[in-house]
Amino acid sequence: MSVDSILILVALTNLMLLAYSRLGASIRVTAAQGILLGLLPLVASPHAGWHAALIAVGSMALKGVVFPRLMFRALREAKVQREIEPFVGYNVSLLIGVAALAVSIWIGQQLPVPGATISSLVVPVAMFSILVGLFLIISRKKAVNQVLGFLVLENGVYTFGVGLIQHTSLLVELGVLLDVFVAVFVMGIIIFHISREFDHIDTDALSSLKD
Amino acid sequence: MTMQPATLIPPLLALALAPLLLGVINRTKAVFAGRRGQPLLQTYFDIWKLLHRGAVYSRTTTWVFRAGPVVGLACALVATALVPLGGVAAPLWFPGDLFLLVYLLAVMRFFTVLAALDTGSSFEGMGASREVWFSALAEPALLLALVAVARPTGSVSLSQILAGLTADQWVHAGIGFALVVGALIIVLLAENARIPVDDPNTHLELTMIHEVMVLDHSGPDFAFILYGAALKLWVLGAVLVGVMLPVHTGSAWLDMLVALAGMLGLAVIVGIVESSMARLRLLRVPQLLVSASALAVLALILAMR
Repeated sequence: MSVDSILILVALTNLMLLAYSRLGASIRVTAAQGILLGLLPLVASPHAGWHAALIAVGSMALKGVVFPRLMFRALREAKVQREIEPFVGYNVSLLIGVAALAVSIWIGQQLPVPGATISSLVVPVAMFSILVGLFLIISRKKAVNQVLGFLVLENGVYTFGVGLIQHTSLLVELGVLLDVFVAVFVMGIIIFHISREFDHIDTDALSSLKD
Repeated sequence: MTMQPATLIPPLLALALAPLLLGVINRTKAVFAGRRGQPLLQTYFDIWKLLHRGAVYSRTTTWVFRAGPVVGLACALVATALVPLGGVAAPLWFPGDLFLLVYLLAVMRFFTVLAALDTGSSFEGMGASREVWFSALAEPALLLALVAVARPTGSVSLSQILAGLTADQWVHAGIGFALVVGALIIVLLAENARIPVDDPNTHLELTMIHEVMVLDHSGPDFAFILYGAALKLWVLGAVLVGVMLPVHTGSAWLDMLVALAGMLGLAVIVGIVESSMARLRLLRVPQLLVSASALAVLALILAMR
């Protein structure tokens, strides 16, 4: 499996997230995306030693196992319905996703990365993940989905980091992973509290003030 | 352009074997359901029987109703002349013929829809509306997928595109081709009124799409429609098999055998899909077709890079 095919599969998982209507399926797809990205440093530089291996194993364990468990627990405890209820319909989301992909490819051509990257697809796919993550955050009602959007966004940043793996330090990567872990953990707790307080996790309803 | 006799082989095979594909699909479904199933050649028997029947025409219909099946079959026949098979070029090819292929299928559909509307039946109008709705979404997917395949070969003629594909390119850009194949399979299922888009065996007019449009046709007209539908399945299948199995062994016989095996395999796959999947909710179908377009766009972007 080459670097390019992993990156294309990541782009595909982004499109799937835009099209899926089930929360559970979306969580699984995000987990699959995390595992794919975890494989990336191993495939990109098989001889990079413990540096790459540590990042790979750490991010796969976090994004593939820990995060999905946290999210499913939040779902179970908040007793939410399984449908996503988007602001923007699935078809329009997909079309916007395709447009975002075209924009990311264009940006990737405009912004050549100084130094060597592992593949010419790194910058476009990273940009695409970031855009899709942002779009998921603003276009879905359920709080769980906004956590997923945040994870996809972080995956985009991570893709950048792996693409330049020769230049970034281990400390930065691990720091980012730790931050994300804490963020998802806290968000899981917040989702639970929101649902206990308001009997739902519909963020749209949170914007109106109450006495 | 001089025509070589060998180029007549793909259309002749299409004319002879297209109804067999429907038989293979039905046999696969029967095996999955634990039945013996109808004979493999049942579609031939049906067409033969219908050709010897008289046709009944409602007094509300006009010449449009009678023209529908004839134009449909004519379009399908021309389409078979455009599609190569197993490394043998089609008898009719020129730069840009892939657009002609797409729009021949569109004309075929257009006349089926007109004939359905001409009957004045409300059910047929409903089927026509759905057919147009879904095909409007399937058409960009088909075109984009074909252009994505055309791009690396640098030609816009189906015969040259499929002749230019090599197994080497699959190894080199396999995932792009896989995306194209995925999009084409969805288009094939949608355009030929197969599950998960439409159920060819349904008996309830409310849920039909393609079948409901041809309810009022009888006798030879219905035989033309059946044969035209079989040819359409063959044509789209031949394009798909051409992309999926770009083998050039050097021996023309072997290439043709591989392609024919691919066609039969495709029919089996369609049968398996029909046996293992439920039909999608009507509102979900556009999403499937838009996903096919998204796959095709992704493949095109990768090919243009």
